[in-house]
Amino acid sequence: MTETITRYEPGEPAAAAGYVDAPPRMGFFTDTTLCIGCKACEVACKEWNQVPATGLDLLGMSYDNTGALTANSWRHVAFVETDAHWLMMSDVCKHCTRAACLDVCPTGSLFRTEFGTVVVQEDICNGCGYCIPACPYGVIDQRRDDGRAWKCTLCYDRIGAGMTPACAQACPTESIQYGPLDELRDRAQSRVQLLHDAGVPEARLYGHDPADGVGGDGAFFLLLDEPEVYGLPPDPVVTTRDLPRMWRRAGAAALVMAAVTVAAFLGGSS
Amino acid sequence: MSRDGVTVPPLNFESYYGRPIIKAPVWRWDIPAYLFTGGLAAGSALIAVGADLTGRSALRRSGRLASLAAVGASTYFLVHDLGRPARFHHMLRVAKPTSPMSVGTWILAVFGPAAGAAAVSEVGPWLPRHGLFGLARRIAPPVGRAAGVVSAAMAPALATYTGVLLADTAVPSWHEAYPWLPFLFSGSALAGAAGLNLVAAPRAEAGPLRRLVVAAAGLELAAGRRVERMGLVSDPYRTGPAGVLLRAGRALLVAGTVGALLGRRSRVVSALSGVALLASSAATRFAVFQAGLTSARDPRYTVLPQRQRLTEAAAAADN
Ligand code: SF4
Ligand code: SF4
Repeated sequence: MTETITRYEPGEPAAAAGYVDAPPRMGFFTDTTLCIGCKACEVACKEWNQVPATGLDLLGMSYDNTGALTANSWRHVAFVETDAHWLMMSDVCKHCTRAACLDVCPTGSLFRTEFGTVVVQEDICNGCGYCIPACPYGVIDQRRDDGRAWKCTLCYDRIGAGMTPACAQACPTESIQYGPLDELRDRAQSRVQLLHDAGVPEARLYGHDPADGVGGDGAFFLLLDEPEVYGLPPDPVVTTRDLPRMWRRAGAAALVMAAVTVAAFLGGSS
Repeated sequence: MSRDGVTVPPLNFESYYGRPIIKAPVWRWDIPAYLFTGGLAAGSALIAVGADLTGRSALRRSGRLASLAAVGASTYFLVHDLGRPARFHHMLRVAKPTSPMSVGTWILAVFGPAAGAAAVSEVGPWLPRHGLFGLARRIAPPVGRAAGVVSAAMAPALATYTGVLLADTAVPSWHEAYPWLPFLFSGSALAGAAGLNLVAAPRAEAGPLRRLVVAAAGLELAAGRRVERMGLVSDPYRTGPAGVLLRAGRALLVAGTVGALLGRRSRVVSALSGVALLASSAATRFAVFQAGLTSARDPRYTVLPQRQRLTEAAAAADN
């Protein structure tokens, strides 16, 4: 069953969500070639957002003892050691243009901000957990002792006051860059070009393309290897792309169900 | 490389220390239990209205009571599974067609009270003949019928939206199964509900149930076959704990169907068949749930189909 994937038209998510005169869409460009694995972003994020500690977890696999983005880790520095190279990458919520978490949230707790980012309202979330398996990147997560879903807010409180998100502010190498998404995309293109010219052909952008399966990420990356090497999906697609087809299938199944019931009651002598 | 006509991608790829890419659902066993009881509620509502309109009063009564009990259990499971159960009503803040859970909440909000009213109307004949109770006694049958019709009108939606609920996630073995899950679940709902009412209703009124079981089994077996033939993402349905449960569910379905047909004359055989069908429906729901968890926890099910898609897109672009 091969199907052509309908890619999304580029669009401004804040305007699509009904904001009039929205400020420019803000985002992150994380250039992994500059990352030194210091985890200042992880710490700054926890401090500013008062994210609970995860305790002392030694995973025993690398310098990475955070392991993954979770309800209690909104930045995650991945360490990849292979024979060929040693890669570091600070991962974060992608603030997707078509955000599955937001689409499926039944309470309206997840919402699109005027900056085009995706934020959970902690006073609304009832911990239904639907956003968690919906996210194609495995970002949003339930905090066990609290029951609610948590993730990066792109420091909604800070950027609203004209400040830089805590992680980008703390990053000593400018591996994490914050700014209007258009500017970041331009900057990323020239950076890739520079790296290619300097003899680093494996440099590539990830999540920058507004025509990809999620309509492009608000937080995108420059990588030096395939996405899955860093624990990223190679071709994520927002699950709700197929939702109209899913509803049609459910409608057909519902009709069949009603029809066989009618037939069972009318079609016999006993 | 082809299996069941589906190209299977190469099985080696690099992952981040073998860690999962997507997050597995944090839903506990409440959710497959809800899939099961929600299906019973829906199927029983359909059976009750069919019995009502064809003058089978004992089957009508068992259908209505089963439907109320099952929808009550469903509501309990749904609320119990929330991280913040006291905030259940936040579901009622919005109505979002992009959220199958929101759609399902509103389906339940109409179905539940209607199924409740239909079941409560069954007390009519026990009420005194005079005074206010006498009035209630007289209006109980028409009110019960109207409520039953409303619940039956919502029932197919209640039984099938849950297929969309699971499919509308990044969980590979659920998402890819979206064309078949609603059919699988409608078959499972009818089989389970027919089984429950086979146990409860007298043999004389069970004719429609036996025909219903045959149709339900056909639906479920056909949809189940398709779910097992999707290539790599079908592996979690065929192997491991989900594979065992799915096969057990199928065996019980076949046994229950044969028993329902051959056991026409025996109350005991009918009841045993009913129990087998109920168990089959539960096993199927837990199997599908478990298969999703398995596919979410192993990065290969996320990465390999996406890799293959990219390869095919690149090849198509070259041509
Ligand atoms: S990465 Fe996941 S959690 Fe973040 S906006 Fe996209 S779908 Fe939502
Ligand atoms: S867990 Fe909270 S944020 Fe996530 S979908 Fe449910 S209500 Fe929305």
